[in-house]
Amino acid sequence: MRIFLNDDAHDVEPGTLAAALESLGFGGRKIATAVNGRFVAATARPKTALADGDRVEVVAPMQGG
Amino acid sequence: MFYGVELRSRLLLGTARYPSPAVLERAIKASGAEVVTVSLRREGGSGRSGQSFWSFIQSLGLRVLPNTAGCHSVKEAVTTAHMARELFDTKWIKLEVIGDDDTLQPDVFGLVEAARILSEDGFEVFPYTTEDLVVADRLVEAGCKVLMPWGAPIGSARGLNNVYGLRALRAHFPDIPLVVDAGLGVPSHAAAAMELGYDAVLLNTAVAEAGDPAEMARAFALAVEAGRAAHLAQPMEPRDMAVPSTPVIGKAVLGG
Repeated sequence: MRIFLNDDAHDVEPGTLAAALESLGFGGRKIATAVNGRFVAATARPKTALADGDRVEVVAPMQGG
Repeated sequence: MFYGVELRSRLLLGTARYPSPAVLERAIKASGAEVVTVSLRREGGSGRSGQSFWSFIQSLGLRVLPNTAGCHSVKEAVTTAHMARELFDTKWIKLEVIGDDDTLQPDVFGLVEAARILSEDGFEVFPYTTEDLVVADRLVEAGCKVLMPWGAPIGSARGLNNVYGLRALRAHFPDIPLVVDAGLGVPSHAAAAMELGYDAVLLNTAVAEAGDPAEMARAFALAVEAGRAAHLAQPMEPRDMAVPSTPVIGKAVLGG
């Protein structure tokens, strides 16, 4: 199925957010996530099933004012 | 001072726009800041900049204040705050809901709504707001125990655009910690804010884009300390006419 991660299309196996992140190289990283504009806590990622067309946001710490 | 956390330094420093991490580190040390602001941005599967920045921030051992910079809606700001809370493991959030792209003026209506939602959810909100008294009242009602009015638009270096408004805000909220956030350009701006009785200042660009950021950070730290001391020493009131500082009684009469 196709998901959009930070606007970029990726084809991933149907499954959970945690599995998709692992397959796309985010395993073990300091990140926070949202799906379709809603925050998904790290602990909820293995229980969050993704659907075709879902929009996933992945953010990391950055400099800020 | 802020949500029960006592700090010695009254200068909060942003971490953006420095020429290098080494310069940023020197500036933070020179500023004496105990709180630094941070943000979060998208990162790709191969990117590592967020991870290295996180290691750097952890190595400083300072308290972090994550922001919701760039958010234009309540929903965006609330979701960003949740991501920041998890990422940085803090209830503190510098809440920005931007209403205008040219001035980066806060959307105060969205700000109040987001502040209420986040406060009810256990966040300790530091709202980036204008000096508007009624908006400030609404933010306090929404649960904010700190207010951060702008001095001038972010990054503008214009200093305190509305001294009257900032003074009125201080008088209206004697017991709420007030921080001038944004718009400061030179240390005298920070000193002026502290002389008004503000509890602290938050700045970033004025230090980051100075020719020598570490030296400018030190200069701001001195100005904040000077302004605070001046406030506590109760400055005299300005007046229109001259008053001789040297007594005239006993002056020699020499004719002429």
